[in-house]
Order: sequence, then C-alpha cells, then structure tokens
Amino acid sequence: MHKFEKIWMSIGTGSLILFLVILGVSAVHAGHTPAASGIETIHPDYVRDDNRFSEPGLYESSEEGYDYDLYYVASAFRYEPAEVEVPQGSRVRMQVVTTDVVHGFQVVNTNINMMVEPGLVSTYGTNFNTVGEYLVICNEYCGVGHTDMTSVIKVVPEEGDAEDE
Amino acid sequence: MSRNIHPDNLFSLNNRVDSKDGRLVLANMIWVIFALFIGGAAGLLQTLVRSGMFELPFGIGYYQLLTLHGVILALVLTFFFIMGFQIAALSKTAGALNRTERRLGWIGFWLMSAGTLVAAVMIATNEASVLYTFYAPLQAHAFYYIALAVIIVGTWCSVAGQLMRYIRWKREFRGHKTPLLSYMASINNVMWLVCTIGVAASVIFQYIPWSLGLTDRINVSLSRTLFWMFGHALVYFWLLPAYMAWYAVLPKVLGTEGFSDSLARLSFVLFLFFSIPVGIHHQLTEPGIDAFWKGLQVVLTFAVIVPSLMTAFSLFAVFETHGRQMGATGLLDWFKKLPWKDARFVLPFLGMLFFIPGGIGGIINASGQMNQLVHNTIWVVGHFHITVGAPVILTYFGIMMFLLPHITGTRITKQLNNMGLYLGYTWTFGMGLMSAAMHFAGLRGAPRRSTYSEYGGAGIADEWITYQILQAVGGTFLFVAIIIAVLLFIQLMTGPKTNVPEEFPVAPMMDQNAPVTKWLENWRLLIIITVFLVLIAYTVPITQMFTENIPGAHGYKLW
Repeated sequence: MHKFEKIWMSIGTGSLILFLVILGVSAVHAGHTPAASGIETIHPDYVRDDNRFSEPGLYESSEEGYDYDLYYVASAFRYEPAEVEVPQGSRVRMQVVTTDVVHGFQVVNTNINMMVEPGLVSTYGTNFNTVGEYLVICNEYCGVGHTDMTSVIKVVPEEGDAEDE
Repeated sequence: MSRNIHPDNLFSLNNRVDSKDGRLVLANMIWVIFALFIGGAAGLLQTLVRSGMFELPFGIGYYQLLTLHGVILALVLTFFFIMGFQIAALSKTAGALNRTERRLGWIGFWLMSAGTLVAAVMIATNEASVLYTFYAPLQAHAFYYIALAVIIVGTWCSVAGQLMRYIRWKREFRGHKTPLLSYMASINNVMWLVCTIGVAASVIFQYIPWSLGLTDRINVSLSRTLFWMFGHALVYFWLLPAYMAWYAVLPKVLGTEGFSDSLARLSFVLFLFFSIPVGIHHQLTEPGIDAFWKGLQVVLTFAVIVPSLMTAFSLFAVFETHGRQMGATGLLDWFKKLPWKDARFVLPFLGMLFFIPGGIGGIINASGQMNQLVHNTIWVVGHFHITVGAPVILTYFGIMMFLLPHITGTRITKQLNNMGLYLGYTWTFGMGLMSAAMHFAGLRGAPRRSTYSEYGGAGIADEWITYQILQAVGGTFLFVAIIIAVLLFIQLMTGPKTNVPEEFPVAPMMDQNAPVTKWLENWRLLIIITVFLVLIAYTVPITQMFTENIPGAHGYKLW
C-alpha cells in the first residue's frame, strides 16, 4: 500500500471509529435510541377497544420518568386529537397507532418523527420545553388526502407561571 | 467467434464489443433514453405542482406521477443501463458472449420490457399509485406486483448469461486474474442475486397472493424489512457500474494507467459484503424492530465508508499522476491539466463532486440520532438526487458518450462532445439548485412524497413553499438537460459510420502484472461471507416478525 494511502485510510477509518463510538455512547448512555424501537402489538381493527386509544389525547402518566402520556390515533386522513395542549416543561411519552395504512408521525421543528404501522404501537419519549404551536403532519404517503392529515400541539406556559404574570 | 480474450491480450485495441452483443446492448440503451425522457418529464411536472403555481390536467394524480417517476427512473432506467453496460464490458474485456449467454440476455431484455409495459399500464390507469416502494397495506392491482416481479426475473436471466460468460473465461485461464471490468460486473451481479431474494420472496409470497385476494391480510413489518433488504443494495447496484467506469475507464480517457488493480477488486468485494445487511437503516424510526438490531445495521452501514475512501483515493491519485505526467508542478497545478474539454471525463467528474455532499448526507441519514430529524423529509429526496441523480446518472451519460458510437460504428464529433459538456453543466446547475433547496426545506421539516399543501395556513408550511419554487426552477433546468441528452444520444447512435469507430476505453493498472490475490477470486468464499453477514443482520429481526404475532393488515386503495 502506498504511504499516502496508508495515512489517508488511517485518518478516514480512525474518524469513522470515533464517530461510531459517539453514536454508541449517545444511544446507550444518553438514551438516544431510534424512535419506536421494540415490538408492542395492537390489532388494527380493534384499536378503539384499547383504553389508551378510545379517546386519544393527553393523560397523566403512570410511567416512571414521565409526567404525561400523549396518545394519537392516525387514520386516513386525520389525526386524533386534532389539537392538544401540553404544559411547558413536561416529560411526555407519546404513543401513536394507525387504524388502516402506514403513516408518518412528524411534529415539525422537533425531534418527534416516527413511522406508524398497522399492528404495532409506536412510542417515543420527549420533553416539551419551548412554548409554541407545533404542526403535526404525516410524512409517509398514505393516499390522496395524505397532506390533509394535520394536528397541532400547543405547548402552553405552566398554570403557576400564568398566575404569576 | 465467442472465444475468450487471452490474458496477454486484454488491452488490445482490437478488442471490441462483439457486433451481436452490441445489438443487445443497444436495445437496452434505447430503453434508457426513453425512460430518461418519460421519467424526467414526470419529475418536472412534480416540481411544478409543488411550486403551487401549476395544476395537473386530465385528472392525473400527483402520486400517480410520483409512482411513474420512481418506477421508470429508479428501476427501469437503471436496470436496462446496468444490463446493457455490463454486457458490453464483458464482451469487451472477456470476449464475445456465446449463443446461450446472449440468448439469456435477450430473454432478460424481453421480460424486463414486458414487465415495464404492464407496470406502465397499471400506473397509467391509476391502479397502482402506491409508489415504487409499494408499501403495504396500500394495495395496487395484482398485475402491478406481477409486472415488477417479471422485471426482476428478467434481470436474473440477463445476469445469469453474464455470469456464465465470466465463468467461461475463468475456466479457460485458471490461475489468471480475471479481467477487471468483468470481475467487477460479476461482483455486482452476485450482489444483485443475493439481495433480490428478499424482495422476490415478499412479492411472490406476500403481495401477489394478497392482491389476488387469496390471503386476507399482510404482515406489514415483514414486507417492509424484505423490501429494504433489497432496497439499499439497490443503490449500490446502481453505483457499482459507475465505479467500474471510474476505476477502469477514466484512467484511459486521461491517457494514463489506473491506480491499483487489487485495491479496485478489494473495494468491490467490500461493497459486496456491506451492501445487503444494512437495509434496516431505512427503518430506523419504525416499530417492530429492536434498537439493538437497528444499531448493528447502522454500524454495518458505515463499513462502506472504507471502500468509498479507497475509491476516492485511487481516483485522485490517478488524476494527480496524469497531471504530473503533463508537466504539472506544485501542490494543485495537476488539477488544471485534467481534460476539461472532454465530455467523457467532465460528465463523471461533475458527478464525483456531487458525491462529496452526497456522502456526507448519507452519513447523516444512517446515524440514528440525526436521522430522527430528517427521516422522510424532503432532505432525503435531496440526498438521493445528488447520489443516484448526479454521480450515478452523469457517469452513465459519460459511458453512453463512447459506448453508443462504439457499438454503432460512429465517432464522437466535436459538436457532440460540446453537447455533452452542455449537458453536464446544465444538469449540474439544475440538480445543484433543486437538491440544495430540498436539503434546506427538509431541515425545516418539509415532508417528502407529498403534493402541494399549505397545511391549513401554518406559518412553517409557508416557508417550505419558497424552497419548492426553487425546486421547480432547478427541475426546469434538469428537463432542459434531459432534452439535450436525448438529442445527443440519438445523434451518437445515428452519425456517419467510420472504419475506426469510437474506442471503448479500458486502462491497465499500475500493478497490472502483480500476482493474483487468491482470496479475491475465490467466489465460494466471497458468497459465503456475504450470506453469513446477511444472516447475522437479519435472522433475529425477521424471526421476531413471525414469532411476535404482529396482526396482519387488510389492503386499502386510498387514491
């Protein structure tokens, strides 16, 4: 192997390994594993029979490490709830299911972005720290009304703060 | 007639693509030109729709057009080009195909043609607006899936003929290095045979029975995983023929030798190993797969950085060697000595420049955390337009510059060479603009695979539309480039015949006479390692899709 090639390949491979280590530490130590990982099944025909998805929306969480659970049902071509308020600073476990085809659950300007497939529950944990209105869209082609699928997540100041003002 | 080319005679200028093989190559190339025009027109219309200033006439649907664009460019154009070019490369470097091999090539060609026509009818009649990825449980007409399966079977026939041709050379000259281009084509073909098993199984055992109504439900996770086992290898299947030209053809265009024969073979072997067990990086944000297996496939995905860096090194080593032979001094003077007026060089070179941001974008997409932000946004569309849509296709154009006249017995005239340069620069400008706008819009959250929408007047969606107008401007330049390309290719095929037709340039390597690296020619070993890696990466995730009792889904026609 040519000397320059050795130098080039060493730097390249070295930075690749460093990069993979950073990814690994971030995934294992900081919990940045890919969204929706794992397998929790749900029958697409009986989504509504599940307590969580009969009236989807924001509920207090019984899970450790979370303040709220936010449930969404995706179907052609709408999201339920169509609008939801989330208190600022809350730690939220999001769970999304579909009653029909594959949808792509994306909250614009956040890291919330995951596929929703019939038969499975997609879960992602996140913190809503910044007040504002966040547009929810579908980013996986689901049919002619694909771009009509929207919802809004309103992150509102905590009630305590509002009284102070 | 169909004798093997002797190892001592590999670089003789008398080695030409056999005239009967040439007809087969040309038949494939005519599909390429046709597909380029139709697919390009669909692409232009899509960018116009997304600009918000244009509506499709005659009740054509946006997603119908998108399906057409994907199928005709990602599958039809590339498959016909790859089959045509690889047959030409084998005929040129190993020797003419024999009757059986060529017949398999023709059977493949006709199966692919028939499949394409049936798929086109299904798309045209709006029975198959499910995109080229055909994600279940959107359900197209059964003929659409059958047609796609027939196209794949067609490639298998053609590939079988090509592999037979390669094996015939290898048998006669046991112990010799097989001709580099024929070796590379065979690597690509073996990779193709292994990776298409997944998608073929999915289409035959899942999609076809389900769309015919023989089965009621489909396992969605399984269908997607089998698709992507093929889907990412597909991008290397597109890319490796371009690399064949970069390694073995471009040095000859420059009038020098290639960098290293064994390095070139090693990099192709690494692509064979790491093209298939990586498909889950397309499914990072999906339910149904454990984080560990996603992580493992991310690591395997990044392994292709090694052969990519090897390729980059040897290309620029060749460029610099050439420049210094031309009398270049100093650090970067050699850059000026490159043949900037030769379209056969400029077209692929422009593509290589796109590959720098393209490769960086690929690293971003494959790393789990960053993918979270860009997954299914139009960033991804920008990414594959500066990979397959620039380095790959511009190199294909560069190959067609010499291959078409080589076969038809004509030459590249000065005027046609200039047209090639205009094609390259127009394409680069249009693609640069369109893909940059796509990347930036994607970072701001604009989704892919979506028609024009104001999303209920949301402020952020308004921001996306500005970028979409830029995409339409870029798309328009690209369509102009396509018109230039079509006119150029037709003229390259129909020019006046000469006694000394255009050369099919193939360069010897600097280490051409070095002894053969045995394990690189040990196909049994290479195939075992390839399959072994696929089994490691996929056995558990796929088994879980059966054992976890994921409920199946009914079919839907929502367009």
